[in-house]
Amino acid sequence: MQYFVNVTLTGLTEGMVYSAFALALVLIWRSTRIVNFAQGSMAAATTFIALALIQAGQSYWVALVVALLSGLVLGAIVERVVIRPVEGGPELNAVIVTLGLFVAIQAAIAIVFGSAFQSFPTPFGLEGFQVGDDRIALTPNSVWVIAAVLVTMALLVVLFRFTRIGLAMRASAFGQEVARLLGVRVGRMLTLGWALAAVVGSLAGLLIAGGEFVYPAYMDSLIVFGFVAAVLGGLDSPIGAIVGGLILGLALSYVSGYVERGSALVNVAALVILMVVLLVRPGGLFASSTARRA
Amino acid sequence: MADTRAHGSTAVATDGGTAAGPALLEVQDLTSSYGAVRALDGVSLRADTGRITAVLGANGAGKTTLLRTVSGLVRSSSGRVVLDGEDITSASVESMVGRGMAHVPEGRGVIAELTVHENLRVGALFRGKVEKSEYDRIYDLFPRIAERRDQPAHVLSGGERQMLVIGRALLAQPRILLLDEPSLGLAPRIVAQIFGLLRRLVDSEGLSVLLVEQNARSALSVADVGVVLNLGRVVVTDSARTLMADEDLRHAYLGF
Repeated sequence: MQYFVNVTLTGLTEGMVYSAFALALVLIWRSTRIVNFAQGSMAAATTFIALALIQAGQSYWVALVVALLSGLVLGAIVERVVIRPVEGGPELNAVIVTLGLFVAIQAAIAIVFGSAFQSFPTPFGLEGFQVGDDRIALTPNSVWVIAAVLVTMALLVVLFRFTRIGLAMRASAFGQEVARLLGVRVGRMLTLGWALAAVVGSLAGLLIAGGEFVYPAYMDSLIVFGFVAAVLGGLDSPIGAIVGGLILGLALSYVSGYVERGSALVNVAALVILMVVLLVRPGGLFASSTARRA
Repeated sequence: MADTRAHGSTAVATDGGTAAGPALLEVQDLTSSYGAVRALDGVSLRADTGRITAVLGANGAGKTTLLRTVSGLVRSSSGRVVLDGEDITSASVESMVGRGMAHVPEGRGVIAELTVHENLRVGALFRGKVEKSEYDRIYDLFPRIAERRDQPAHVLSGGERQMLVIGRALLAQPRILLLDEPSLGLAPRIVAQIFGLLRRLVDSEGLSVLLVEQNARSALSVADVGVVLNLGRVVVTDSARTLMADEDLRHAYLGF
């Protein structure tokens, strides 16, 4: 029983990070119908900025804030400079551009910060909490991870549901031409959407890096899991991304915890889960069933 | 052909159809193309405050292109668009609503993923904070969408969608409303209801409507002035009553 609880807690923590990363992908997909393959290396870049600050003696929190702000700027620059010129062209063009960007940013990280494995600190301890006589797999750091993702999601909900700028962003995403005719500066909203997505992606990168070694390609597996989570959820639904991330996190944790040599099977399991869901529900778990007649 | 009775592209009838003096919206010798196709070929017309101006013609006559060029979605290759004395030919699409021009595009333009109320709010976004009473007024005009205010807009029927987009455009407090085929796919009863409402708004609030319609009979029944387009050129501009009475013209260009 205790083993099950621990495996579950580990899965939830990991799943939260997948959710955050999937959410970043969904934010961009919803507004620009582009799958941003560069999301992972963009997040890696800001994580390395944070690491440089920490190594220079700054606190984790200063580094976190600077990294998230760099994400904001990086996302905006990428949309304006790299994506805007290919927007409106064939859909595949933009996707290929993000793939190129993925490789380019990873190379840039290696040039600037080197390719060596470097350990990334955590702001809180990695020792599990004591419950009775046992230590459970919930650590102060995993509480921080879960709280950070939940707060971020709550802030996004508030932004999109209750603010004028959030409404303008949703209008731009779902009805570009109509939004323009109603005076919404759609271009700015798309830039803002990419910037916010990059912040959320950066947060996921920072959280997954905590207590681990980072190197230019350290985000690669998270990219895969993030995509699987996003597609599980339907790619179009923020709630779907969150649920997809949690399902994936739990499932992978059970596989690695209960299946013999399961940790080696995690990547295969992710693929199997994705295939099964897509066979049963081709649009993903949270695909809107109503046809759109915009 | 009924060209013998055409008044020419710049001529304006004086028999009660069009007003004298400066127009609210003046389109001067507008030309624009989609690729190699010249969709508008020197179109001139005017729209005045307190009047409904109907632009009629067959599919492909250039009606939609005309509206899209006026609001800047399509760039003209020559000619001018003047709103209340100001040249807006090269103004940005986003600035039009702030200048008092609201364009309801073809196909209704409801944002299906937003709720009915959110759709309305988008129409008022550029104005900043808007009093609740203004929304109430729109819901009073269209009680059917008031019932569905918190439902996603994709549940609306065609007629309700048309009411929503017109209501949304009205929230922008326009001086001129550009409507592209509002009757498309709607039951005649709904069309009559919507056109009747437009007539009341135009008469009571000094709104100007530039209406593009393939359904010429309904449009002429509500409009003050009709402009008949054919292959991107103005064939005739005259009072709606005169056009209605002109059987040859109706047969040749309006299909009824």
